[in-house]
Amino acid sequence: MSSNEEAEGSPLVSYRTLDIAVAIFFLIVAAIVITDSLRLGIAWKPNEGPQPGLFPFYIVVAMGIASLVNLAQALPRTPEGERTATTIPGIKRMAAIFVPAVLFVLATNYIGIYVSAAIYIGTFMVFFGKFPVWKALAVSLGIAIVNFMMFEVWFLVPLPKGPLEAALGY
Amino acid sequence: MDELNALFGGFAVALSAYHIMLMVIGITLGVVIGVLPGLGGANGVAILLPLTFSMPPTSAIILLTSIYWGALFGGAITSILFNIPGEPWSVATTFDGHPMAQNGKADEALVGAFTASFVGAIFAVCLITFLAPVVAKFALKFGPAEFFAVQFLTFASFIGMGRGSAFKTVASMCLGFALASVGLDGVTGTLRMTFGQDELLNGFKFLVAVIGLFGIGEILCSMEDGLKFNGATAKLRMDAVIRTWKQLPGMWLTFLRSCIVGCWMGITPGGATPASFMGYGIAKRLSKRGDNFGKGELEGVVAPETAAHAAGTAALLPMLTLGIPGSPTAAVLLGGLLIWGLQPGPLLFVEQPDFVWGLIASMYLGNVVGLIMVLTCVPFFAAILRVPFSIIAPAIVFVCAIGAFTVNNAMFDVWLMLAFGVLGYLFNKLRYPLPPLVLALVLGDQAESSFRQAMLVSQGNVGVFWSNWLCGSIMTLGLVMAFWPALQALRVKLSGNGAVARAA
Amino acid sequence: MIRREMSKAKTIAAALAASACLTSPTWAQSWEPTKPVTLVIPAGTGGGADQMARFIQGVVQKHNLMKQPLIVINKAGGAGAEGFLEMKASASDPHKITITLSNLFTTPLGTGSPFNWKDMKPVAMLALDQFVLWVNSEKPYKTAKEYIDAVKAGDDRQFKMGGTGSKQEDQIVTAAIEQQTGGKKFTYVPYSGGGQVAVQLVGNHVDSTVNNPIEAVGQWRAGQLRPLCIFDAQRSTYTTKVTDKEAWSDIPTCKESGLPVEYQMLRGIFTTKNATPAQVNFYVELLKKVMATPDWKEFMEKGAFNQTVMTGADYEKWLVSAETLHSDLMKKAGFLATQ
Repeated sequence: MSSNEEAEGSPLVSYRTLDIAVAIFFLIVAAIVITDSLRLGIAWKPNEGPQPGLFPFYIVVAMGIASLVNLAQALPRTPEGERTATTIPGIKRMAAIFVPAVLFVLATNYIGIYVSAAIYIGTFMVFFGKFPVWKALAVSLGIAIVNFMMFEVWFLVPLPKGPLEAALGY
Repeated sequence: MDELNALFGGFAVALSAYHIMLMVIGITLGVVIGVLPGLGGANGVAILLPLTFSMPPTSAIILLTSIYWGALFGGAITSILFNIPGEPWSVATTFDGHPMAQNGKADEALVGAFTASFVGAIFAVCLITFLAPVVAKFALKFGPAEFFAVQFLTFASFIGMGRGSAFKTVASMCLGFALASVGLDGVTGTLRMTFGQDELLNGFKFLVAVIGLFGIGEILCSMEDGLKFNGATAKLRMDAVIRTWKQLPGMWLTFLRSCIVGCWMGITPGGATPASFMGYGIAKRLSKRGDNFGKGELEGVVAPETAAHAAGTAALLPMLTLGIPGSPTAAVLLGGLLIWGLQPGPLLFVEQPDFVWGLIASMYLGNVVGLIMVLTCVPFFAAILRVPFSIIAPAIVFVCAIGAFTVNNAMFDVWLMLAFGVLGYLFNKLRYPLPPLVLALVLGDQAESSFRQAMLVSQGNVGVFWSNWLCGSIMTLGLVMAFWPALQALRVKLSGNGAVARAA
Repeated sequence: MIRREMSKAKTIAAALAASACLTSPTWAQSWEPTKPVTLVIPAGTGGGADQMARFIQGVVQKHNLMKQPLIVINKAGGAGAEGFLEMKASASDPHKITITLSNLFTTPLGTGSPFNWKDMKPVAMLALDQFVLWVNSEKPYKTAKEYIDAVKAGDDRQFKMGGTGSKQEDQIVTAAIEQQTGGKKFTYVPYSGGGQVAVQLVGNHVDSTVNNPIEAVGQWRAGQLRPLCIFDAQRSTYTTKVTDKEAWSDIPTCKESGLPVEYQMLRGIFTTKNATPAQVNFYVELLKKVMATPDWKEFMEKGAFNQTVMTGADYEKWLVSAETLHSDLMKKAGFLATQ
């Protein structure tokens, strides 16, 4: 709410930079889709109507044009564009949840979703919530076990599992 | 009135302590399923199906449809509290529901959503009760051209809704279309934009994108602002129901519009998801408070929820009379009917009147029981927001990961969800509107298929969309809707009113 | 009557005895699943394969035929390629089985997806699904011959054939019919599901369909659709009246109506490639128990399935010939992937 930029610390990215980056992202997507549409054919065939590539082709051409306009609007250095979009403390706080989330997903491949979720929640609580370890342990194990019961035992929805679950016979 | 007699017969069947108990069980289960994005109504129904073999078919269908009602109610909860749509048709509920929660009015938003669901469902059940045969015949009129006309109308009613740059809206919507085209093209059976990657065979699934864009994106935004969720300090007051209900009668017109839109989309069968978007779009355009939509307006919660439930309920009609399941849950229910020896189709109403009228009566009762149950739980749901953010945030990531995984049982989708999360954050920052992207993603594929089917039928003649009164009038209505913002802008310009120009 | 019952009982007893012999562990260790078994459906919800898979799940749980639960998962992406690739990737997990439809052959041929039925281990053929030529009952065509004559007399592409999916079974049957129409083609309109196709025919948005019996039986009974002929070598064996006047067995074969086209669709079960004989045998026994239930018999009759059951070498031989047949049909129709 009270995002006072001076107090929030050094700026990292301006709106202008972000806008340019996102417009370029759109243009890259457009280029990829156009390549494949051309392979599929973009003609209007008699008796059949459009070929599979026609619809995506014109859609991303429109997207490309719109992105070029967005890019052109973002390029000039205006006071509006120079405003700070993200500060270094801001990106650090986001990284605090996002980087562990990436590690959590990565770990899921090896130790299963329940064990990695328990570690993820527990660690987050201790380091960022300053909870005592026993509380973090109880909450994280509780959430993991409740979900395990719900998905694997009651609803029979198989989720990624690791060696621990295998040892328990799942 | 034959229908009334039959209906009272149905109530006699449905109204027993045993059946009420089944409804309570079913709705509780359904709410749990609706809250967790990883579980769909199809899971719940499939799990309970074997249990129902020993029951009479009427009891069994009461139990199973109660799950369906519960899931419809439950979808709104996470949308409002955490900006995570538990079910696809709750996406539009997040637009105003979550801002309300951030303003500390989570309880009002919940009561509004539940009440709206109830009104929508009851309206649709009344329609089924009295007009089933007529309505079933009407649904038969819909061929590819008519389907496309309806989808076109949905898009049209949504154009010009987002604030901010028109070019950003176009880019966002086109990205949705482009993502929707990935995977197998149903009309020619060729693979598109998969570049030989097995993971892309399935395309970009709506739920994965939505969980990422909304759920993860929201968490990133909250983290940037500090370790908290806005609205976490909301006071718990027990009078939420009365407080909210006082505001609702003033919105009767929105209720009515959304009920009609919902029933229409449920029968045709457009489905609950487009119905909710269309309900929201129309209310925003026509309501006096339309300009405030998106900032936490109760009417913006009521409009999509009413439409979604009217559609979800009305969708049971084509399932019973035509044998077409309107959703995966309905498909599993359909499988259940077959196992109990009931053949859905035009003769079901004639051959199994006890079953059909028992089911219809249970729709009334199930929704009443459901409403009472969820309303009593509102303070409890709202209290979830008071859990410390450092527990909620990772737990949400965990639940989102489960949700993304279960869509296709693929880890690839979980990675995709994280990527969409970053995209959602950036879009939020740079004021790219998300609703057009989401709408294009959910409807793009169907709209393209219907268009090309219609072209096949008409041998490439676009005139097919005006070939009969039904299709022609929907298309014309769509065109009017699409150009409405332009027409309005023109009128404003001509009248030379400079003060209104900032609205453009 | 009593006699027939007796003989039925005897047959079941004999079948059970035979299965008992097969299970005796003289040549292989007997095996049982140690965790839940996943049944992968390479198709979306609500279709024929999905209905059958969920029915099997229901029967297994209702009669308690397996200690571990049976979990059903839809993996429909890329016309079923997703489901088959999953089976291929988990070659050494015997807790996975899949149910097939014709996309077992048509998807790799039509889309170039890298798999083949030989990447899995065949367990059993449960039945063959029939195809029937349907028209709207308001239309004047009483026999397949009348309809085909009308197609021949009409303009090219004037008649519209509705079907499920593209370059799959329905379009293959359509292409086979087109060989008999003197060069006149249908306009084939692909829809996403069989139930929808039948309703589109009732609404007169297409002129004919080749729906499976179970997809259109409701509309037939209501007098909205008329079956013209069945794409099988013999008429159906089900003689119970379905409508007031007719039974499945009253539908003539297409061949006797002057339309020499035959096509049936495999409803079979496969497990993963590295399954041991004992593991395959467990599933064979399980399916035999499923097929011995009265529920299954009723299901077969409702869908007018051709109850041909095959296992082992017979089944593999059938698969080899079916693969050649599909590859021929698709080559003739020009449906092969261009890459």
